[in-house]
Amino acid sequence: MMGTNIIEINDLNKWYGEFHALKNINLKVKEGEIIVICGPSGSGKSTLIRCVNFLEKFQKGAIIVDGTALSDDIKKIRQIRSEVSMVFQHFNLFPHLNIVDNLTLAPIWVHHKNKKEAKEKALSLLDRVGIRDQAEKYPNQLSGGQQQRVAIARALCTSPKIMLFDEPTSALDPEMIAEVLDVMIELAKEGITMLCVTHEMGFAKKVADRVIFMDEGQIIEENNPRDFFVKPESKRLQLFLDQILSK
Amino acid sequence: MATFEQQTAKKAPNSEIGFAHWLRKNLFSNVTNSVLTVFALYVLYLIVPAIANWMLFDATFAPVNNEQCGREGACWRYIIEKLDLFIYGFYPAEGYWRVQWVLILALVFVWIAKRLKQHQYKLKIIAGLIIIYPIVAFFLLYGGLSLEVVETHQWGGLMLTVIVATVGIVASFPIGVLLALGRQSKMPVIRLLSVIYIEFIRGVPLITILFMASVILPLFFHEGMNMDKLLRALIGITMFQSAYIAEVIRGGLQAVPRGQYEAADAMGLSFLQKTTLIILPQALKISIPNIVGSFIALFKDTTLLLIIGLLDVLSMVHLSTSDENWLGRSTEGFVFVMLVMWIILYSMSRYSKALELKYSTEHKN
Repeated sequence: MMGTNIIEINDLNKWYGEFHALKNINLKVKEGEIIVICGPSGSGKSTLIRCVNFLEKFQKGAIIVDGTALSDDIKKIRQIRSEVSMVFQHFNLFPHLNIVDNLTLAPIWVHHKNKKEAKEKALSLLDRVGIRDQAEKYPNQLSGGQQQRVAIARALCTSPKIMLFDEPTSALDPEMIAEVLDVMIELAKEGITMLCVTHEMGFAKKVADRVIFMDEGQIIEENNPRDFFVKPESKRLQLFLDQILSK
Repeated sequence: MATFEQQTAKKAPNSEIGFAHWLRKNLFSNVTNSVLTVFALYVLYLIVPAIANWMLFDATFAPVNNEQCGREGACWRYIIEKLDLFIYGFYPAEGYWRVQWVLILALVFVWIAKRLKQHQYKLKIIAGLIIIYPIVAFFLLYGGLSLEVVETHQWGGLMLTVIVATVGIVASFPIGVLLALGRQSKMPVIRLLSVIYIEFIRGVPLITILFMASVILPLFFHEGMNMDKLLRALIGITMFQSAYIAEVIRGGLQAVPRGQYEAADAMGLSFLQKTTLIILPQALKISIPNIVGSFIALFKDTTLLLIIGLLDVLSMVHLSTSDENWLGRSTEGFVFVMLVMWIILYSMSRYSKALELKYSTEHKN
């Protein structure tokens, strides 16, 4: 299964005005790989994964997703976005639509599935994340953990090849983090390619194939999860691990 | 360790419930409040009986002429005699049924649209009605084919008020939405044009625009080329109103969080899909009170049509006060206009509240 590179990031550079946000990022992700990206806030990790589905534009370098290079061509961008799903820190569910309609929106309008088919799939996915009984409710009626599980189900609804997670548990109360991580761990076992920006080191140890540490817009260290936590090579990673593990 | 028995709920003491408690809590809670209550009651005592006497008990409804009508009460006979003029203006009496049918059709179409609910072709049917209705309504009002033509300068009264306000509201809404989106656009030319249009129109009073539409615009026409005065006024009002609606909707657009745009983008929705399915429904919901407020203002502004010689309901009343058979009855006329306006505008206001409620309860816990 682990064969071709599904994401290739070559010499990626991004500036916000004068600020150099990403510096010469090189990263290759194989199909089915689970990659966890961590680092202090402002290190560019969110910016990096937001470049993958072109929510952020970049000025230099190239990103190739599933054989298609990202460019200003909006058709190609939409094509890539239809295969890459994203889960956000603040869920970003659509408050004016109920849960089922949130899930079926992209399948119906982007993938041109018929309504009945899309709804059946949505309900089975809600079943999988354990909130089938909330299908007719509106997002604001659910707890944060439930909303994030809906967001994951929504992301899965289009059968994406790649899932991007942008700090999915950072906005949640502590008692709700576990229910979201459980869903993500289940997902990781199914062989979908995942790029996760997260500080949940337990999650990284359990399912990641590689863990990447970023600081000041650069990739500082990359390793398998066993060595990443036990034998950090760079000073900055040691410091970072000390800080988050001592909590 | 201590344990406690569960207690049963008991009735509240008498001082906390009942009418006496309500009075004390709301009207006589302290000295200032009590004084204000008494003072308010006294003012009401002065005003209410006087108004009631004038409007109802001393008023005349019977078919009499101006002299036989008493001076101490309102002479509603005058309103009844002039009602057709107030409602239809100088529209020929043989054609009143045409105006009535325009109204009946509007009600029927709204009823149909409401009955559809989840019908398969709901959107198509509603779109069809929205396109067909103005054509049918124009044909009925103006005439043509076998119907006798009634020129627009004969239109007037409440009918004209409602026509102008409705056309202004319906036409300005989509234009306003486009302008609001244009002002938010990433394309500099579109953004600049929208900003110039909105800021120019908002910087000019409606009267000026109406003057320009009726006096200056024809100067640019070739000889023999003639544009209907009502049409020019409608264009002017629509231009004016769309700039205001654009700003109201822009406020709503800005209140939609950025995450909503990003989530829609990340799914691969097109710009049109993102705008119509995700952004506008939320932005419009937020804007409902201000949109309706803007429409209410427009409805009142239609009285300015008098300036360019179109006679709305207020102008018709004003005109009829110089009828020598009914001299000295302007108070009745203006009270009548006030009541008609108030009923229409208050209904719009209530409708706005109902809409807000309809779209908000769904999301509350």
